[in-house]
Amino acid sequence: MATDKNNLIVYCEYEDGKVADVSLELLTKGRALADKLGIKLEAVVAGDNLKDIEKQIFPYGVDTVYKVEDKRMYPYTSLPHASLLINLLKEKEPRIAFMGATSIGRDLGPRVSSALHSGLTADCTQLEIGDHTDARTGQEYKDLLLQIRPAFGGNIVATIVNPDHRPQMATVREGVMKKEVRDSNYVGQVVDLDVARYTRPEDFVVEVIDRHVEKSKSNLKNSPIVVAGGYGVGSKENFEMLRELATVLGGEVGASRAAVDAGWIDHDAQIGQTGLTVRPKLYIACGISGQIQHIAGMQDSSIIISINNDPDAPINTVADYVITGNVEDVVPKLIKYYKKNTK
Amino acid sequence: MSLNIIVMAKQVPDTRNVGKDAMKEDGTINRAALPAIFNPEDLNALEQALQLKDRYPGSKVTILTMGPARAAEIVREGLYRGADNGVVLSDRAFAGADTLATSYALATAVKKIGDYDLILGGRQAIDGDTAQVGPQVAEKLALPQVTYAEEIISVENGKATVKRRIESGVETVTVPLPAVITVNGSAAPCRPRNAKNVQKYKYAAVPSELAADATKAALVEKRPWLAIGEWNTQTVEADLSQCGLAGSPTKVKGIENVVFTAKDARRVENNDAELEELMKELIANHTIG
Repeated sequence: MATDKNNLIVYCEYEDGKVADVSLELLTKGRALADKLGIKLEAVVAGDNLKDIEKQIFPYGVDTVYKVEDKRMYPYTSLPHASLLINLLKEKEPRIAFMGATSIGRDLGPRVSSALHSGLTADCTQLEIGDHTDARTGQEYKDLLLQIRPAFGGNIVATIVNPDHRPQMATVREGVMKKEVRDSNYVGQVVDLDVARYTRPEDFVVEVIDRHVEKSKSNLKNSPIVVAGGYGVGSKENFEMLRELATVLGGEVGASRAAVDAGWIDHDAQIGQTGLTVRPKLYIACGISGQIQHIAGMQDSSIIISINNDPDAPINTVADYVITGNVEDVVPKLIKYYKKNTK
Repeated sequence: MSLNIIVMAKQVPDTRNVGKDAMKEDGTINRAALPAIFNPEDLNALEQALQLKDRYPGSKVTILTMGPARAAEIVREGLYRGADNGVVLSDRAFAGADTLATSYALATAVKKIGDYDLILGGRQAIDGDTAQVGPQVAEKLALPQVTYAEEIISVENGKATVKRRIESGVETVTVPLPAVITVNGSAAPCRPRNAKNVQKYKYAAVPSELAADATKAALVEKRPWLAIGEWNTQTVEADLSQCGLAGSPTKVKGIENVVFTAKDARRVENNDAELEELMKELIANHTIG
């Protein structure tokens, strides 16, 4: 029988009155895991103007929404949100707690896990329930959260468990989990929490004096066609060519970490384990050698074309079409023949 | 006004440039082929510290690193670029630490250093990419934190003004000192080594490096600025139950090498006829167009 303890709780972020996609993705995953464990799914959201925010949250199968409404809780600052979560988790003793691997979740999660001395696994790519036997003590654990994440620059995948401490905490990047409404009529319970009970006055010492949030310029994450460039593109100027190809095909431009590090393109365009995960219909990899951490972020694309002057580039192993040649040579021809064969 | 600044830095394997020779034939990592480097974002943090030192003369920058004795290389690199001194926190009891046990160890060393206004570090290290140690050190020391910092704009009246990167935007915050600030890779790159500093500090070493080198030991004896601190669990009075594997709530259940399912790729020759054929095919099957 589910109670108000021992459940699964998701910290929800929001901006402009909208709950962040990453939080909804975590609720979707959380619902599936909660079903498996026979426990409740709960959400916590804190900020200003939270009227009706639960209506965006309940459809994901959320049983309880904890709301903390206070002007000082928006925009996010570390200390009050950490205090809120630390005190709430102490009180509700959830089995599992999730937050987005965002500039908020990755600021908040570690601080909370340190205060609770509970383990936290960052940037998980899979979350499952499973058993575990401690190799040294032989002790068996049932139904642990298996936290699966790439490590060592994406060259290995590690499964992390948190056998003896609760909650088992994990962060997940946006776009890694799927977002799926459970039942648009699902209605849970709203519990309003008093900010004064969960935070201390001295938590409000950090002041946000200026804030610019730009709407994302590109729609890279959801674009059906992605033209991505790597170190082999050679220069910032050559990236313009990729932009042209993306424009004529109706797609967006992405990049590998090497191209971002070289300063040829904005950090927002980075695809891979430490950037965006994309699943377009067509992915054209231009001069990308294919480090594992990059492939992890695009391998689920339906069709992958690799343009590389190295016929043995690792990315070619996941490609459907391999063109061996220079990017600056091949890309203009693709533009030309696309234009020629469409009106 | 002068500031005491601690920069937490880590020696990491260079996971960014994992070439073909860095993977063994059985698919495991050939660590020997990966050079040990100064964690990139820790260099961004060092630059912020050095800029503050430029701006507020008399400020002192201390490098704090945890690792085996060879991590003294990180302290030397910091000295070459303008830091004033450094400490290597080194003890077998720290081995196997997850981020929480690492943060505990670093926090004990920060307490031992004692007099500080700012604790800086990179946002995250490239061998783990967790970004957890900064905020956890802040929590252990009960200090406020600013993560994802791009620029420490000023320090005035006991407060730092910091520009930080957030999801698709930037914000500017003020934080009272002392505070922990983690610096993003988008911040200013670190200045190069200074030739004079290289001359001054090239023989800087930790005691365990000097044990086998009497000449160098005598030199360091005469020039105290060459002595890099080497601290263990006793020096920092660490609670052993919170160190290393014992102090780590997370355990590694298993590790797998990443293997992607190889597809049967079709080779398209780089000539006009084949490239046109490819575009026609993609248009015909409605992938594009």
